[in-house]
Amino acid sequence: MKHCLVVDDSSVIRKVARCILEDMSFRTSEAENGQEALTKCQTEMPDAVLLDWNMPVMDGIDFLLALRKESNGETPKVIFCTTENDAEHITRAITAGANEYIMKPFDKDIIEAKFQEVGLI
Amino acid sequence: MTPAEFDYLRDMLKQRSGLVLGDEKRYLLESRLMPVAREESMESLSELVVALKKADSEDLRNKVTQAMTINESFFYRDKTPFENFKNIMIPAMLASPRAASRTLRIWCAAASTGQEPYSLAIEIKEMAPQLGNWNIEIIGTDLSEEVLEKAKAGLFSQFEVQRGLPIQLMVKYFQQTGSLWQIDSSIRSMVTYKHFNLLEDYTQLGTFDIIFCRNVLIYFDPPTKTDMLARMAKRLRPDGFLVLGAAETVIGISDEFKPVTDARGLYAMQVAAAASAPAVPGLGSTPAKPATPAVPGIGASAAQPTTPAASGLGTAAAKPASPAVSSLGTPMATGASKLA
Repeated sequence: MKHCLVVDDSSVIRKVARCILEDMSFRTSEAENGQEALTKCQTEMPDAVLLDWNMPVMDGIDFLLALRKESNGETPKVIFCTTENDAEHITRAITAGANEYIMKPFDKDIIEAKFQEVGLI
Repeated sequence: MTPAEFDYLRDMLKQRSGLVLGDEKRYLLESRLMPVAREESMESLSELVVALKKADSEDLRNKVTQAMTINESFFYRDKTPFENFKNIMIPAMLASPRAASRTLRIWCAAASTGQEPYSLAIEIKEMAPQLGNWNIEIIGTDLSEEVLEKAKAGLFSQFEVQRGLPIQLMVKYFQQTGSLWQIDSSIRSMVTYKHFNLLEDYTQLGTFDIIFCRNVLIYFDPPTKTDMLARMAKRLRPDGFLVLGAAETVIGISDEFKPVTDARGLYAMQVAAAASAPAVPGLGSTPAKPATPAVPGIGASAAQPTTPAASGLGTAAAKPASPAVSSLGTPMATGASKLA
């Protein structure tokens, strides 16, 4: 069973995303900011990270840059999931190593489509 | 709506578009046609039926037919057909006599709001090293003028650009326009849209190398399917390809096409498939005879089948959309329509 780490400072989003991902047969865990996510990745590298951009302590882009420098940090597929819905942010995310990008609001179809796109399902 | 009114609408739709509605699709008539009735200041489908029966109701009849055949579509839908396009169809075209004329004509028979033809156009752009100097024409047809207008504008919502379109291609080929995303003019200019009822004579469209007709046949009765495929076979070059939806088949409907091995939904003409030929994955054989020299933009001519009223939907089928989740996690309506 593949493992997806859901990183978002909104508990509602974390709950909804986990629900969708578990329906898609993923094992899930969560973190509410980039720093907590990084610590969790150092303990157990997930197969995928569903990542918000704007979060306290450490934001999504800084998390991604730090993750890609970790040993095995290239492994997880990182899918941004954010309200930053402009081309500039998207390009910045791709350059930093994001594999896909979801613009909020999202639904199950979009999550499925994006996870399929990066070969996770 | 009384049973007689339902029967009237069902018969009218069958006659005008080929669409076959079973009794279980009564809900669909109601959900699709009540908005039309309200737009016409009517309070019920019974009133709508009365109006449709009047002699001067042609515009209303068109409106009703189009309302029943509009369906959602999305980029790279089902993926496999686009992988087959890139890995099987295009290599076969490059290995064929078309390499001399460097021309290719593709027909998307159910273009809907344009996602399928634009996905093909993007694929072609991405294959610039092989196809950059080819003259490629993509014709997108649909029964609904409304969806064609949207297709021509090339403007898509955030939801639409996220359904199937890889993010790298989205940033490469789309520009943000307010809350919408517009496909690049270089892609838009590759597709020509035409209002067309699949019940009409296909001769006017010319001859094609590839026909995409996905998720259309499922809405027709067997005789109409047979007729449509027979007429498409006459518009397809002998070494051309037909692409059907994953849930569709030619088996028992047409003996003019043969499934391409290990390529779901992809069909070659029997005559070409039986012959020996190019080492193209999935094909296993080269076209039996040299393809008619491709002439760009042609509408060539061959004798047109004379089958009477055959088919005509013209829109990609839909699948149920899940409720959307806003940034606050609140369920939202997607507004996606469905027909199945």
